[in-house]
Amino acid sequence: MKYFLRKIGLLLFALFVAITLNFFIPRLMPGDPARELIDRMQGIPPESMESIRIAFGLDTKDALIVQYGKYLLNLLKGDLGISLSRFPTPVKDVLKIAIPWTLGLMGLATILSFFIGTILGIGAAWSRNKRWATLTVGTFIFIRSFPYFWLGLLFIYFFAFRMQIFPIGNAYSIYVQRGGWDFILSVLYHGFLPAATITVSSLGGWILTMRNNMINVLAEDFITVALAKGLPLRRIKNLYAAKNAILPSITSFAMSLGFVVGGGLLTEMVFAYPGVGLMLWQAVQAKDYAMMQAIFLFISIAVLIANFIADIAILLLDPRVRDGGR
Amino acid sequence: MFKDIGKLFLGNKKALFGLLLLTFFALVGIFAPFLAPYDPKNNRVETVTVLSEERDRSRTISREDLDESTEKRVYSQSVHTTYERITKKLPLKGKPSSEHLLGTTHSGQDIFSQLIWGTRVSLTVGLVTGLFTTLLSLCLALIAGYLGGLVDDIISLFTNVFLVIPSLPLMIVIAAYVSVRGVIPIILILGLTSWPWPTRVLRSQVVSLKNRDFIKVSKSLGEKPAYVVFREILPNMISLVMASFFSSTMAAIIGEATLEFIGLGNVSVVSWGTMLYWAQANGALLAGAWWWFLPPGICIALIGTSFALMNFAIDEISNPKLRKR
Repeated sequence: MKYFLRKIGLLLFALFVAITLNFFIPRLMPGDPARELIDRMQGIPPESMESIRIAFGLDTKDALIVQYGKYLLNLLKGDLGISLSRFPTPVKDVLKIAIPWTLGLMGLATILSFFIGTILGIGAAWSRNKRWATLTVGTFIFIRSFPYFWLGLLFIYFFAFRMQIFPIGNAYSIYVQRGGWDFILSVLYHGFLPAATITVSSLGGWILTMRNNMINVLAEDFITVALAKGLPLRRIKNLYAAKNAILPSITSFAMSLGFVVGGGLLTEMVFAYPGVGLMLWQAVQAKDYAMMQAIFLFISIAVLIANFIADIAILLLDPRVRDGGR
Repeated sequence: MFKDIGKLFLGNKKALFGLLLLTFFALVGIFAPFLAPYDPKNNRVETVTVLSEERDRSRTISREDLDESTEKRVYSQSVHTTYERITKKLPLKGKPSSEHLLGTTHSGQDIFSQLIWGTRVSLTVGLVTGLFTTLLSLCLALIAGYLGGLVDDIISLFTNVFLVIPSLPLMIVIAAYVSVRGVIPIILILGLTSWPWPTRVLRSQVVSLKNRDFIKVSKSLGEKPAYVVFREILPNMISLVMASFFSSTMAAIIGEATLEFIGLGNVSVVSWGTMLYWAQANGALLAGAWWWFLPPGICIALIGTSFALMNFAIDEISNPKLRKR
């Protein structure tokens, strides 16, 4: 339990750091992008102006600590400012539309690649002197070195442009009514390539982690004993070795989530998939700072929650942690 | 220790291949001015030749013809084809040929030359950032691991916190606020957002070394901390430092390409990232111009593979269980 509480404490502190960073980044930068932004926005209601001022620290009457307090208060109220590129929609409302797409796409792709990667990793470690194992590991090391967005471009070029099997972008066909089976099918059809991009590029990481953990476990004495006892090989592979190798894999799964999410954002940009990643790209093009910062906060919180879930999983799976050791 | 590293690279096939690949790219980067057949930024090579060809032909024909109406017709025809070639056919004129090995961009810049010059920029940014990140995290790791106590707690806390905060959105937000676009801001941003992972790995190695007997002995013999850190601890973790240098460099090359692809770099610098940015901005993908967006990505992947292979070899050396039996 102590281990668990310490983990929660760490995550809460990380949340605090992310929120604070978000507050200080615009204030520490050289030049004054926020002032430019205000100058570009003429004729907006004074109360929105006020919240933008607070967000960017242009409220120079107040001391920094008072500004920080106001910023936190606004955050608690869910006021993330006004989107400049979609003026005068509040950032909150723009995010609301984008979030389900991202959660669906990335959640599915990440879980998929974790399971496929882990299974391949187990196999690659078990028969690591076979040719297929070396070949699989080698191939995915190579693919892992691709930038995510470039793999996305590659997929679009071959499967959407050349072969025309899949659509080039977007999350659903504009000719289909929202709701109903046709819509769901259209969403699945459009989501296939971006999901495949994220899955394929993150697969290598899981394969390698699982393979190395598994090889370490296979060298342990209890495996030798199990082999000497003549236990069925499948039983040794799955119940003795893989079960023990998977725990560190879950820990590293949680840790590299941030990286995978980053790659997912880029994939959305390339596929024009209407999630948070595309919003971020549009915000960068339009210099919509409020939008960018809100997205940074949202992604940080999402990754922290995912970490929290992984910690619970470890708590449930690892007897050393569960029974209060350590 | 350095003999070990030498043995590592010569004795391990993966490491040797990775090293050769890296050396190849390094040589291409160094000798870019001699290797590149054209100026990577020089526009409209094709346009000029197409125009002059057409003009010459139309003039010779019109001079030979006596009939005024024929002359007019030929002239208008040639003007028409010239126009068509420039507006419609020019993107396709960029196809790979013996003159332009990897074709040209829509405005006639030689992609092969861009790729060669891009190697120089991308590799330099990667190596400098990798060095910067590694030195930063090595300092933090040595301080935290060697001193222990409160200092260690604080550094470890922040390392773990920044590990869970996703770095790519953070990088993008910072880069968007920095009004100066260029290579140096990118190096700083990449370095300052990617230290946590190597710091964590290196710190645990320092801690484990610190508790070995030979370090305890030299401490109790009254050796100075600087001696213990730089002469006893550091040499014993050199392979791990190299491994984190390789992975940091690889991450930096991908990170640079990413930021530039989004448009947060200086788009007038020729690098692999900006090549992809321009290819995307000009719709190379849907024009079927594979020669424009494929090569930079393949180069990034090859460099990445070379670092991954060297790291693989280091893993095998330091963890004998991973070696083939």
